[in-house]
Amino acid sequence: MKWKKYLSVFRLRFAMCLQYRTAAFAGVATQFVWGFMEINVFYAFRSSDPAAFPMGFEQLASYIWLQQAFLALFMVWFMENEIFDSIMDGNICYELCRPIDLYNLWFARSAAHRMSRALLRCAPILLAAFLLPPPYRMTLPPDALTLVCFVFAMLLSVTVTIALCMLVYMLSFFTVSPQGLRILFAMIAEVLQGIVIPLPFYPRNVRRLMEMLPFASMENVPLRIYSGNISGGEAVRAMLLQGFWVLLLIAAGKLICRRAMKKVTVQGG
Amino acid sequence: MNKQPRKTSAVRLYLHYISVQIRCMMQYKKSFLMTTLGQFLASFNAFVGIYFLFRRFHSIAGYRYSDVLFCYSLVLMEFSLAECAARGFDRFSGLVRKGEFDRIMTRPRNEILQVLGSSFELTRIGRMMQAVIVFIYGTSQAGIHWNVWKGLCVLITVLCGASVFCGIFLINAALCFFTLEGLEVINIFTDGAREYGQYPVDVYGKRMLRFCTFVIPYSLVQYYPLQYITGRSDSLLYAFLPLASLLFLLPCVALWRFGVRRYQSAGS
Repeated sequence: MKWKKYLSVFRLRFAMCLQYRTAAFAGVATQFVWGFMEINVFYAFRSSDPAAFPMGFEQLASYIWLQQAFLALFMVWFMENEIFDSIMDGNICYELCRPIDLYNLWFARSAAHRMSRALLRCAPILLAAFLLPPPYRMTLPPDALTLVCFVFAMLLSVTVTIALCMLVYMLSFFTVSPQGLRILFAMIAEVLQGIVIPLPFYPRNVRRLMEMLPFASMENVPLRIYSGNISGGEAVRAMLLQGFWVLLLIAAGKLICRRAMKKVTVQGG
Repeated sequence: MNKQPRKTSAVRLYLHYISVQIRCMMQYKKSFLMTTLGQFLASFNAFVGIYFLFRRFHSIAGYRYSDVLFCYSLVLMEFSLAECAARGFDRFSGLVRKGEFDRIMTRPRNEILQVLGSSFELTRIGRMMQAVIVFIYGTSQAGIHWNVWKGLCVLITVLCGASVFCGIFLINAALCFFTLEGLEVINIFTDGAREYGQYPVDVYGKRMLRFCTFVIPYSLVQYYPLQYITGRSDSLLYAFLPLASLLFLLPCVALWRFGVRRYQSAGS
């Protein structure tokens, strides 16, 4: 089976990352405070002009808590240092000797890393968020269908996130120091995917433009579907767009990967 | 009998440490420039958030856009100054784990001075520059009537604010004596304070204001000077209140001393 080896890479990596439990608990505390402060800011803004608030406050609270709980799935900043290092110091030759596709290998690794990290952290944050008093409380999605859509959109958005990061890894083959590329990319993504502020808070025209970009297919879609901020036909369209970006980004990544493999010069010894 | 060489003063020694660090960094000029540029851009996102939120809501808890920019730049200046100087404490866990702290202890000088001198991140100037630009823009928008006291107040605030952040870095380092590993939770009080210090502390409610006045004195270096400089209060007390935040350093240094005393080498 062709996929078996990548599946086992995923499983191994997943199990390994699950070991870091103490670090995860510390992370949970930080994320929790972050979410709390974030909601405070939005609450204060809403008090000064309730009419200008572009989404229901419960929708916003759910958005923020989901964002904090699943941070590891969506942060572009959160890339594999080992991959960058292997490109920099030449350890990549060991990977290239193996009869596996580099793109798929790294994809599986990234997926395992992100998912295990999110799995360790999401439960306590979500549990606490459901128990908080009203302005902070996280609510359940309006109906079961929404929940199904949410899960589906989550899967798509994680794929988009990883596919975008894969582009950065691949482009690293063409630069000597990938740090600048990484910082710039992470910054742009943070604004355009709705981490800095959710997309509904941008002016209409800016938001329309943002929603067409691949970055909006990351956390923006599932988190807004969850609370019913996007629903019906709009939700279906958003998910189709996600699917489109998944295909396009993976194709582009594989193409660049092939180019890179042809001209790769290993640095270091 | 050979004469003891005269001990160089702590300040001279510190300046010497810094000059070594800077000369060392200048060997990699391009890398230095790139990192500085990165730092300049790094906190830009927060500014984007503030800009668009104010475009929509125009005010928060009675504060205008310019007030918030003022706060944002004040905290950013304090933080980047602290990061510049006290970076050695920020990555102290490495020193402890590698056993390099043993070397520091064998020398006849104060440990805090040596750790401070072990690293000086000039690249944080990038972040500082951004803060200064936002500060100038924010204050020009706010229509502040400047006088000597207000200028002095800003100066005191930035320096005292930097020392509050240094105090937190010091706590983080002191905890490494017990845990060997930096605690991620401390991020709440460093990065978190930087991010959420964009808004005047009372935006987060009365309880938060009390906490940030009496427990960790963030509001002494942000909220109270803001009241004075924007003319919300004429009390000169508010202008000099930042000085009280220096008291925070006492428990920080005490914890550090306690940690040093029960330090057991971990290196190999």
